[in-house]
Amino acid sequence: MSLAWTAIRLGTVLVYLFMFAPVAVVMLLSFNANQFGSFPLEGLSLRWFVALIENDAIVRAFQTSLVLGLLTSVISTTMGVLAALAMVRYDFPGKRLISTALIAPILVPEVVLAVALLLFLQALDVPRSFFLLLMGHVIFTLPFVVLVVQARLVGIRREYEEAALSLGANAFQTFREVTLPLMLPAVLAGMLFSFTISFDDITGTLFWKPGGVETVPTQIFAMLRNSISPEINALGTVMVVFTVALPLLGAALARRLAARMSGR
Amino acid sequence: MAASASPAAGFDRRPWLLLSPALASVTLLLVIPTLFIVVYSFWLRTATGAEQVGFFLDNWEEVLTDRFYRDILLQTLRIAAISTVICALVGYIPAYFIAYTPTRHKALLLLLLMLPFWVSYIIRTMSWINILGVSGAVNSALLWAGLVDEPIQMLYNEATVILGLVHFLLPFMILNIYVSLDGIDRSLTDAARSLGCTGWQAFREVTLPLSVPGLAAGSLLCFVLGAGTYITPMVLGGPTNAMFANLVFEAIVTQLNWPLGSALSLLLLALLGALVMVYSRFLGIDQIAKSFR
Repeated sequence: MSLAWTAIRLGTVLVYLFMFAPVAVVMLLSFNANQFGSFPLEGLSLRWFVALIENDAIVRAFQTSLVLGLLTSVISTTMGVLAALAMVRYDFPGKRLISTALIAPILVPEVVLAVALLLFLQALDVPRSFFLLLMGHVIFTLPFVVLVVQARLVGIRREYEEAALSLGANAFQTFREVTLPLMLPAVLAGMLFSFTISFDDITGTLFWKPGGVETVPTQIFAMLRNSISPEINALGTVMVVFTVALPLLGAALARRLAARMSGR
Repeated sequence: MAASASPAAGFDRRPWLLLSPALASVTLLLVIPTLFIVVYSFWLRTATGAEQVGFFLDNWEEVLTDRFYRDILLQTLRIAAISTVICALVGYIPAYFIAYTPTRHKALLLLLLMLPFWVSYIIRTMSWINILGVSGAVNSALLWAGLVDEPIQMLYNEATVILGLVHFLLPFMILNIYVSLDGIDRSLTDAARSLGCTGWQAFREVTLPLSVPGLAAGSLLCFVLGAGTYITPMVLGGPTNAMFANLVFEAIVTQLNWPLGSALSLLLLALLGALVMVYSRFLGIDQIAKSFR
């Protein structure tokens, strides 16, 4: 058994290496001083990051992604939290169907979702625009928010709310003073989740984006068509830091909040 | 906020008020658009580029009978199936390890497992060019060691498409298997062992069958996500490695033949949708939602 366990452990290490090594190589190469940005490594340098900042197209793509991600996360978290509250706190007829409807956007292949939304809005004379991009990202991230927030809400005991109500608080006060603070970590998780999904999305974005507008992933995709330049690796590194550090920070913050709340 | 109304109070409007923004969005941005492309797929794109409204079966006839589309469809299903099987075989090991290891490793490994979800798909896909490309890590090592005289062309074939897909899909599989393994009552394997099973027998007779829901959920996710991608073949595949979603992209974005693109995407939806339906009939869609807990 212990031999088998050793094999399993070794296998696990190998699988994790497989998952992380390629990304580690991207990050390593982005600091490479070599002018082709490939092996062999010739010392460390930040030149490719400087090149990034000086590249207008990339800076613009970054701004687009940032604004799009923020708007997406605010809109889809608002809708998702409300829906999750209804799903967790109430019983009503047709709940199973509603539950399926809420996660339908991830059951449908993203390409199909992209085509349907694009053609429908074009028929309504809505051109490929930032608005279309935003609608697409909202509908695509909504199920993730619902699932994440729902999972957290189940853990919040109803008794707290009932206690507040029985002590004379009205429904709105109860929500503001009890429910909202308790579910704040869930709301934050939903916002971060939808932000990163939006920030990373390429499948739908390539269909929806207007000509000339690029997000970071589509910018990388367009640059890949020429050849793999060290700038792409640097951009990749920035993106990894952005999308990984942010959730980690958020998780730490949420834990902090939760700890403070339970300490009271 | 709590539902204090008694059932006798009759219809409770509050859950529907809370649900209305989300349901309205799903209806307006997903349900109606999907119905719309069903209608659209029967229209016709004329030689002038204008669309002819009506009921024409031409697009469907082309999509369903043209060998070109059928071959690419089969190729897509094959690539997705191979990737899924590899994910299941490779993913079971770390899932098992995470589920049965002492707590200290567990939290770290789970956190690490979530990281790829945060690292952009396009970055993870293109990272393989740095590894396998002509001036990538493997070729550099081979050249340095003197094993080859010039770089080997390893990229842009079906194998690298599958590699890219496995790399992208593996975390989904591991997470689903782990969730399922973690829910197994440990006393069951203990009982099997005390009744004389070897470790391997206990695994084969107890643990493996009980983890089937997780394996199935992971496989469904991997297959559906894999069969619906067009980015991986575009980045890591050659000209002959197009997948079905590439055809959709071509028709819609490049050729602007929207009726044909509608028919193509509906065919993809029907195939993958049927799979999801069969799955939820037998196992319930809830299994997938479990991995968010």
